[in-house]
Amino acid sequence: MSVSDIQPETNERRPATAGMPKLHMAIFAVLFVVLAVLPMLVYPVFAMKVMCFALFAAAFNLLLGFGGLLSFGHAAYFGGASYVAAHASKVWGLSPELSIIAGTLAAGILGLAIGALAIRRQGIYFAMVTLAFAQMVYFFALQADFTGGEDGIQSVPRGSLFGIFPVDSNEALYYLVLAVTFGGILFLYRIVHSPFGQVLKAIRENEPRAISLGYRVNRYKLMVFVLSASFAGLAGATKSQVFQLASLTDVHWSMSGEVVLMTLLGGVGTVFGPLLGATIVVTMQNYLASMGAWVTVIQGVIFVLGVLLFREGIVGVISKWLKRPL
Amino acid sequence: MDAVLKAEGLTKEFKGFVAVNKVDLTVERGSIHALIGPNGAGKTTCFNLLTKFLQPTRGTITYDGRDITRMAPADIARLGMVRSFQISAVFPDLSVLQNVRVALQRKRGDSYDFWRSERGLTQFDDEARAHIDAVGLSEFTDTRAGELSYGRKRALEIATTLALDPAMLLLDEPMAGMGQEDVERTSALIKRIAANRTILMVEHNLKVVADLSDKITVLARGEILAEGDYDTVSKSPDVIDAYIGAGHD
Ligand SMILES: Nc1ncnc2c1ncn2[C@@H]1O[C@H](COP(=O)(O)OP(=O)(O)OP(=O)(O)O)[C@@H](O)[C@H]1O
Ligand SMILES: [Mg+2]
Repeated sequence: MSVSDIQPETNERRPATAGMPKLHMAIFAVLFVVLAVLPMLVYPVFAMKVMCFALFAAAFNLLLGFGGLLSFGHAAYFGGASYVAAHASKVWGLSPELSIIAGTLAAGILGLAIGALAIRRQGIYFAMVTLAFAQMVYFFALQADFTGGEDGIQSVPRGSLFGIFPVDSNEALYYLVLAVTFGGILFLYRIVHSPFGQVLKAIRENEPRAISLGYRVNRYKLMVFVLSASFAGLAGATKSQVFQLASLTDVHWSMSGEVVLMTLLGGVGTVFGPLLGATIVVTMQNYLASMGAWVTVIQGVIFVLGVLLFREGIVGVISKWLKRPL
Repeated sequence: MDAVLKAEGLTKEFKGFVAVNKVDLTVERGSIHALIGPNGAGKTTCFNLLTKFLQPTRGTITYDGRDITRMAPADIARLGMVRSFQISAVFPDLSVLQNVRVALQRKRGDSYDFWRSERGLTQFDDEARAHIDAVGLSEFTDTRAGELSYGRKRALEIATTLALDPAMLLLDEPMAGMGQEDVERTSALIKRIAANRTILMVEHNLKVVADLSDKITVLARGEILAEGDYDTVSKSPDVIDAYIGAGHD
């Protein structure tokens, strides 16, 4: 046991080296229990969709909240991975876990290529470069042969986990999706609270100072970009297995916008904000689906109100109020 | 004595405005070298050029016998030449301890280890505390750096810089905003750390400059006006003119 383990909890002055704060651990534990019983309460496919988007938003938050980089093209990794995973399952006949890995890797490689070019630019130019490349991915998905154009890739078989355990039923698939997304979210938490994450925070807070200490900041930015893209890919690949579908919606620019919305609404740079933001947005879309185009309008209104009322996002405001990082 | 840092014909133009003009500067190994001059003389710009935060328009820079004119700023730091900033540069949302640890982390190598727990960083705590102690900040170890007073931020900046154990330090007005007591402590600290290091510093407090420096270079309007020890420089009519001509700073 190290010295910091036995230090008393004194909220914000508490050194960040004491492992996961008890409060975070408690919230994660409650969340896990709730998710474990959730399929008995709500339609499992809906719950799986929420989990995939929560992971997507958490991945995006890693880049924006901790890397200080606003990507406006994260649909490319989410959707790109979704296409690759769907193709892997349907055409190559891979089992779900391998398809998900394939999609995630593809998103990581795509992130490496796009990130290497984008991080040379700052601020709005960075956002524009990421958007431009995401549009290229979109047009590729529209034109290429294996992506199925307007139809996307449909009726993707769910197969069997490790080729042994069938996950055809929603209930069986649910626990795979829970493991993947929850594990992904915990891993993102670890990244933020790693030595690497500490350097990221330093770069975000004072880049020239980090450089003067000898940090090659562009390598850190590229690394966080690739990590964020990979986890966005993990989310997209998993979603393709849930819906047995990869479609143009996943790579559309509005998907890039949605993840920005979820993250800002919940609280950028917080641990739980993106998860809440994703839950709110997905739930809203679900219940308002019958209203067609109005969903977009209502979503816009909520976003504007949310940003005006809670500048730091819902969880950001609560965290300030409790004087504890959430 | 040999030169550790050497600039020849160093020039920086900003859209036609010449901020630094044909500066030749030689810093001897192990010395404390002061760079002084009125506001806007080009001192900070010189620092930015020497540490490659700005690319010189013309001229060459050699550090430790190596041409560094085209190197990246992070790599300059890795060669052992570390700068501080005129506007205090700390990581405001990190604690004092974490600030210093960021430097120690870098010295250990790179920190791309995103899969490890930050708990491992406690290995640097003892060393970090020693550096924090040396600048008199022990009681603020767990305070957010952003909450420190201006003078204490400067002290933290020095502690962070020293944590890298650099062979050469460039300090841009390290004592600006400090009270008398802190100025004295920092002076003593600089004297002590200079024992086995080279220091180039910009400082407006002439008493400190007189007390600490082995050599002084006076800059005005981007050009070198005089160079030598304190007595030589302070008697130079050009220097007296420049300081009076520049008004009251
Ligand atoms: N990025 C820039 N673009 C244009 N002009 C600049 C830039 N940086 C500095 N200058 C100009 O160059 C001149 C020298 O500035 P510098 O900051 O080097 O002076 P200094 O000697 O450090 O002054 P001080 O004592 O006030 O810190 C000033 O006139 C300043 O306005
Ligand atoms: Mg200056």
